[in-house]
Amino acid sequence: MLKNMIQTSRLKSPWIIHFDCGSCNGCDIEVLACLTPLYDVERFGVVNVGNPKHADVLLVTGTVNHRNKHVLKNIYDQMPNPKLVIAIGACGLSGGVFREAPNVVGGVDKVIPVDVYVPGCPAKPEAIIDAVVAGLGKLAELQKQAAI
Amino acid sequence: MTAIILGIIGILLAPVLGGLIAGLDRKVTARMQSRFGPPILQPFYDVFKLFGKEPAIVNVWQVFCAYVYVASAAISVGLLFAGGDLLLLFFVQAVGAVFLVFGALAAPSPYSQVGAHRELLQILAYEPLIILVFVGFYLATGSFKVADILAHNQPLLLQMPLLFLVLGYALTIKLRKSPFDLSTSHHGHQELVKGVLIEYSGPYLALVEVAHWYETVLVLGLCALFWHTSIFGMAILLAVTYFAEVLLDNVTARMTWRWMLGYVWGIGLAMSAVNLVWISFKGA
Repeated sequence: MLKNMIQTSRLKSPWIIHFDCGSCNGCDIEVLACLTPLYDVERFGVVNVGNPKHADVLLVTGTVNHRNKHVLKNIYDQMPNPKLVIAIGACGLSGGVFREAPNVVGGVDKVIPVDVYVPGCPAKPEAIIDAVVAGLGKLAELQKQAAI
Repeated sequence: MTAIILGIIGILLAPVLGGLIAGLDRKVTARMQSRFGPPILQPFYDVFKLFGKEPAIVNVWQVFCAYVYVASAAISVGLLFAGGDLLLLFFVQAVGAVFLVFGALAAPSPYSQVGAHRELLQILAYEPLIILVFVGFYLATGSFKVADILAHNQPLLLQMPLLFLVLGYALTIKLRKSPFDLSTSHHGHQELVKGVLIEYSGPYLALVEVAHWYETVLVLGLCALFWHTSIFGMAILLAVTYFAEVLLDNVTARMTWRWMLGYVWGIGLAMSAVNLVWISFKGA
């Protein structure tokens, strides 16, 4: 029963941490817009934490380059399991317009495993909320598979 | 025997009560900020989720400190429900509060260290006030025992109005509400990221959260002693006090520790002294 309660709670309390991996700030503003009274993601138990050790969902915006890929990896490693990664915006997905630049590695998935991709330049707040919901759906699916 | 049973009931009931109060707090806070807010049961979801996370610790001291904190918070609530001695309750609670700081100091992270030092200053600010409130209980009723205070025949609020306000300062600090949420804040990504709680994670953060619920119930229980003669009065007093706390949290800014020490000690000690002198002259 305790296991069931923990599994249900996991889906109802996704604490997010947001990492700006060299984004132009467009996607970052859209991420923070989700927390405003208009969208109020705290309805779903989402809290924006600043500490990877407390976080369940990592939101990454922007292009990954050779310098900040270590930071991204470090933040990802500090998050305790189970965890989700959501890449946001054209740059987070593939490097966007900067993908040809010599210092750019490419998308977030070149460095860490990504669960959900949110396209857009910038991504809409609705799309970001949808991505978190989709990520939780994926987690629920994994939990169900583990139970069988 | 009844006392022990009451104590155990208190220990079992307090986390449920504390969690519900925390949930209600988040809901009311959200409505004040014209948001819809999370469900009332959200704090329970958070804690259960944290218990299910992979444990990641800096060193074993943190684990030990988290357990001591939750144990001492639980025992102090048990003592309150069992009608035990207020002074013993106070010291047991203080041990837990200090162990929370030890755990934070055990990790070499700057945020954790600064948070721990601020938490110590907060403890320094509220502990004398709580002791003076207990002295007030003693002068008014002739005993430090909760059971004897409950046997008193009139509401203590009439005799100790200023001491109730003084306990309000301690409550605000204990609940980590603005303007006193210096060491850590309820809201994510604010003061010192998470200050004193930053290095506690997963199941240990859950333990600290449960201990916080115990402490909420403990301090609200002390507030309830001010109108112990009627259950209805007790409920009104607690509801009004807690609503005032939430309102204060939403309308004030976070202040510095120097301001906190000066303000809480200056006004708090002065109000306690006036009230204590008043009780002892009236009693004589």
